[in-house]
Amino acid sequence: MKEEPVLSLFDLRLSDVHDRLARKELSVSELTETSLKRIAETDGKIGAFLTLDEEGARQTAKALDEQLAAGGERGLLFGLPAGIKDNMVTEGLRTTCASRFLDNHIPIYDATAVRKLRSAQAVTVGKLNMDEFAMGGSNENSAYQPVRNPWDLSRVPGGSSGGSAAAVAAGQAYFTLGSDTGGSIRQPAAYCGVVGLKPTYGLVSRFGLVAFASSLDQIGPVTKNVEDAAFVLQAIAGHDPMDSTSADVDIPDYTAALSGDVRGLRIGVPKEYLGQGVDPRVKERVLEALGQFESLGAAWEEVSLPHTEYAVAAYYLLASSEASSNLARFDGVRYGVRAENPDNLMDLYRRSRSEGFGPEVKRRIMLGTYALSSGYYDAYYLKAQKVRTLIKRDFDQAFEKYDLIVGPTAPTPAFKLGEQVGDPLQMYMNDILTIPVSLAGVPAISVPCGFADGLPVGLQIIGKPFDETTVLRAAHAYESATDHHTRRPALS
Amino acid sequence: MSLTKYETVIGLEVHVELHTKSKIFCGCSTSFGAAPNSHTCPICLGHPGVLPVLNRQAVEYAMKAAMALNCEIAEWSKFDRKNYFYPDSPKAYQISQYDQPIGQNGWIDIEVDGKTKRIGITRLHLEEDAGKLTHVEGGYASLVDFNRVGTPLVEIVSEPDIRSPEEAKAYLEKLKAIMQYCDVSDVRMEQGSLRCDANISLRPYGQKEFGTKAELKNMNSFRGVQRGLEYEQMRQADVLESGGKVVQETRRWDENQGKTFSMRSKEEAHDYRYFPDPDLVRVHIGEEWKTRVRATIPELPDARQARYVEEYGLSSYDAGVLTASMKLADFFEDSLKYTSDAKASANWIMGELLAYLNANNLEFEDVKITGQGLGEMIQLIEKGTISTKIAKTVFKSMLETGKLPQQIVEEQGLVQISDEGAILSVVDAVIAANPQSVEDFRGGKEKAIGFLVGQIMRETKGKANPGLVNKLLMERLKG
Repeated sequence: MKEEPVLSLFDLRLSDVHDRLARKELSVSELTETSLKRIAETDGKIGAFLTLDEEGARQTAKALDEQLAAGGERGLLFGLPAGIKDNMVTEGLRTTCASRFLDNHIPIYDATAVRKLRSAQAVTVGKLNMDEFAMGGSNENSAYQPVRNPWDLSRVPGGSSGGSAAAVAAGQAYFTLGSDTGGSIRQPAAYCGVVGLKPTYGLVSRFGLVAFASSLDQIGPVTKNVEDAAFVLQAIAGHDPMDSTSADVDIPDYTAALSGDVRGLRIGVPKEYLGQGVDPRVKERVLEALGQFESLGAAWEEVSLPHTEYAVAAYYLLASSEASSNLARFDGVRYGVRAENPDNLMDLYRRSRSEGFGPEVKRRIMLGTYALSSGYYDAYYLKAQKVRTLIKRDFDQAFEKYDLIVGPTAPTPAFKLGEQVGDPLQMYMNDILTIPVSLAGVPAISVPCGFADGLPVGLQIIGKPFDETTVLRAAHAYESATDHHTRRPALS
Repeated sequence: MSLTKYETVIGLEVHVELHTKSKIFCGCSTSFGAAPNSHTCPICLGHPGVLPVLNRQAVEYAMKAAMALNCEIAEWSKFDRKNYFYPDSPKAYQISQYDQPIGQNGWIDIEVDGKTKRIGITRLHLEEDAGKLTHVEGGYASLVDFNRVGTPLVEIVSEPDIRSPEEAKAYLEKLKAIMQYCDVSDVRMEQGSLRCDANISLRPYGQKEFGTKAELKNMNSFRGVQRGLEYEQMRQADVLESGGKVVQETRRWDENQGKTFSMRSKEEAHDYRYFPDPDLVRVHIGEEWKTRVRATIPELPDARQARYVEEYGLSSYDAGVLTASMKLADFFEDSLKYTSDAKASANWIMGELLAYLNANNLEFEDVKITGQGLGEMIQLIEKGTISTKIAKTVFKSMLETGKLPQQIVEEQGLVQISDEGAILSVVDAVIAANPQSVEDFRGGKEKAIGFLVGQIMRETKGKANPGLVNKLLMERLKG
C-alpha cells in the first residue's frame, strides 16, 4: 500500500478522492492543506486569489473529517477544495468583484450557488481574482493584480474568470466557480487548458452573483476534466425561488449521461467561426478535433450562423446598458468605499464612483448610459435587442438540423499581458466566438483540444437550451479519446 | 378678475400604497411605524447580488384597483427600471412600469354642484416605493429609513379632464373611496399611503391647445391639493395677464406659507433611461385570473349610492354622503338589521354622527358606535322606551363607549317614564307650584304651556314621555 509521496490535486479523479476518503487513506484536512500549500507556493506568480479563507477552510475540513469518521451520507462534492470567483457573495467572507469599490465589503448573505456548494460539502478555500465586475477578457482589469497564465507567466489567463481558470490549471483548487456573461468562463478555460462550462441561461441561480449584465450572466464550473464539470453542475443547477429568471426545469443526472457514445450525433460547424481573424493553428486544432468526432461515429458539416458578425456590437450595447443600471447602486451611501468629506450629495456620488471604479468599468457605464438615453434608446438598445433575437433565431434554425454546434472557443491562444490593453476594440474581438452563444442563452463548454506553440487551445461545444447532457456527453467522449486535458503546465 | 378669462386644466398623478403584508420584491413587512430600518433585508437594501421576486398579491391588488377604475387590463405586463440617483433609492433605480402598465383607459365619475362628470384615467401601473429621508437640523447630515422602500404602490394617472380645484378634490375623494371599497390600501394621506402630484395649466376659454403646465408637488392633504391648485391657478392667471409666459417647471406647495415655489425647470428634468428590468419576467394576466380578481370587487360607491336612493328612498345627496366611506355605509347597513326605518338611521348618521366627527375632528374609524347600537336605539325610540331627546344622550354615549343602548339606558336610568300615575303626580305638583302660568294659559296664552311642560320635564330629568306629559297636562288644565 504505497502512496504517492506528494499529493497533487491535478492527478486525482473525483471517484478516487471519494474512494480514498472512504477507505480513510486520505482526509479532507489533507486535501485542504494540499490546496492551501499549493496556493502558498504558486500564487505569488499567478495571482489567482484575492482573499484566502484558510481558517474557514480548515474548520470546514475538520468538521467534514469528523463526519467521515462518524459515517453517514456524504455530499456530492464532499471534501473537494474549491475556489469561488469574487463576484459571488460569501457571508462573512470579503467579496470585492476585484474592484476598489468593494475593497471593504463583507457580504451578509451567501449566493445560492455558494450555499449549494456548501450543501454538497465542498471546502471553500478562497475568492478568485477576475476582471473588475467581470468586465474584461484578460484579467488585466482587476483592481488588485493581473492573473498570469500558468502555461506562460508572460501571458494572460483570459477573463473575466481568469483566476478561476488559472487556479484549476495550477492545481490550487480541485475546481472553481466562474461566471460567464459573454465568454468569461469559456475563454479563460481555453487559454488555461482547462474545462469551462457555461450552462443555459437560467439553469444556475444568479441570486448572490453581483450583476454585470443580468440577462446574460450565468454561473458555471471550471474543472480539469468533463466528469468534474458534470459533478459540479449537478450540485449547483436547479430552480431557485429567489431568482425570477431561474428556470423551473427537471435536472437530469449529468454524470450518468457521460456514456462515451457519440455515434450518430450531428454536428454543425459555423463557417463564421473558422473564418477571418481565427488563428490558423487554432483552426487546425479544431479541425483535428472534428476528425476525432468523426472517428467516434459523429458526423459534422458546415453551417451558417449569418448574424454572427453583429453579435459583438449588440452585446456591448446590451451588456453595457444593463451594467450601467446594475452598477448604479455603488454610490458610496450604504456599502463599499465612500469618498471622504464630500461637499454635498453630488460630490459624494462623483468622487466615490470616480475613485472606486477602474477605467474599463467607467467606459462601459458611460457606453450603457448613452445607449439608454432618451433619443438614443431606439437606435442602440432596442436595435441591439432585435439583433439578439436574430442571433437566437440563427441558433434555433441550426439546432433544427444539428444536435451540437462546434467551433473554437477563442480566435487565438492566450496573448501577452499588456499587448491589448491600449486597444479595447481588439480586446472585445477575443469574445467574438463566445458572445453569440451568450446572446442566444444556450449552453456551451470549452474543452482542451491541443496546443499552439505550447499554449492551450479550446474547443467550444454548443448545445440546445437545457441540453447540457448532450454537451457533456460529447465533450467527455472527445476528452476520453484524447490526452490534452492530462497535460499540465510546468510552473515550478 | 383674471380667472374669468382662463380655463383651468388639471391632471392628477396619485400614488396609492397597497397594503400587502410583505413588500413587492422581498419578504419584509410593510407595516407602518416600526423602528427605522427594522423592516429591511439585503434585497430591499439593494445589496450587491440580490434579485427581486414579484409579490403576486401586489399584482392582484393592482388589477383589482385598475378594474374598479374601469381600466382595460393588460394581457402581458412587464416591469422597467427607472434610473436615478438619490439616497432614498438603494438600487439607484426604481422598479416601475413604463409601456405595459397593469391597467389603461379607465374612468371614474365625480359629482360637483350636483352635476356628474366623467374623468378619464390614462393608466394605472405598479411600482415600488422609495425610502424616507430625514434631514438633520443644521443640514450637516441626512438620515435614511428604508422600511418603506419596496412597499408596493400603484400610480394612477388621470387624463387632463379636471377643470377646477373643487373637481380635483372630488376626484381624489372618489378615488380614495374606490380604493377603500376594494380594500387594497389604507388610503391615509397623513401616513403617506395616498400621495398626489398635480399638473395644472391655464388656457383662454375656447382655445384647444393646452397651456404650459406646472407640476405641483408636496401637497399633504386633500385640502392642501385644493389650496395648492387654487393658488397656482391664480399665480398662472396673473403671469398671463401681465403679458408673461408660464414656465414649464416643477413647483413645491408650501402649506404654511400658502404658496408654491419653483423646484426645478424642464431643462433640469431627469432622463430616467427606462428599460425592461432583466431580473424580472413578463407577467401574463389570463382571463381566468382576471375573472377571479374581478369577483373580489365589492359593490362600488356609485352603485351603492344608486341602490340607497332606490331601495331606501334616500336623497341622492344623503346616499352620496353615506357611501363616500365604505365603513360608514357598512355601518348604516348594519343598523338596518335592527331597524327597518332606514331614513331614521340615515338622519342620525347625517346629523348627530357627522356633527360629532366634525366637531371633534375625528374619522369614523375613531368612534366606537356599532350598527347594532344605532338600530336598537331607533327601536327603543319607536317603542317609546326613550325619547328622542334621551336618545341623543344615548347616541353620544355609544360613540364614546360602543355599548349597546339598552345597557346605557339601564346604567344611566334613562328609561322613559310612561306611567300615567307617576307623571300625573308631577303634573299636579307643577300646576300647584305655578298658578300664574296656569292662569296665563287659561286666559288664552297658549305659550304658557311650554313653560309648564319644561318644568315637568325638569322634575323628571327629561325622562317623562313627552306625549303623555302633553296629554295629561292638557286634561288637567282644561278639566
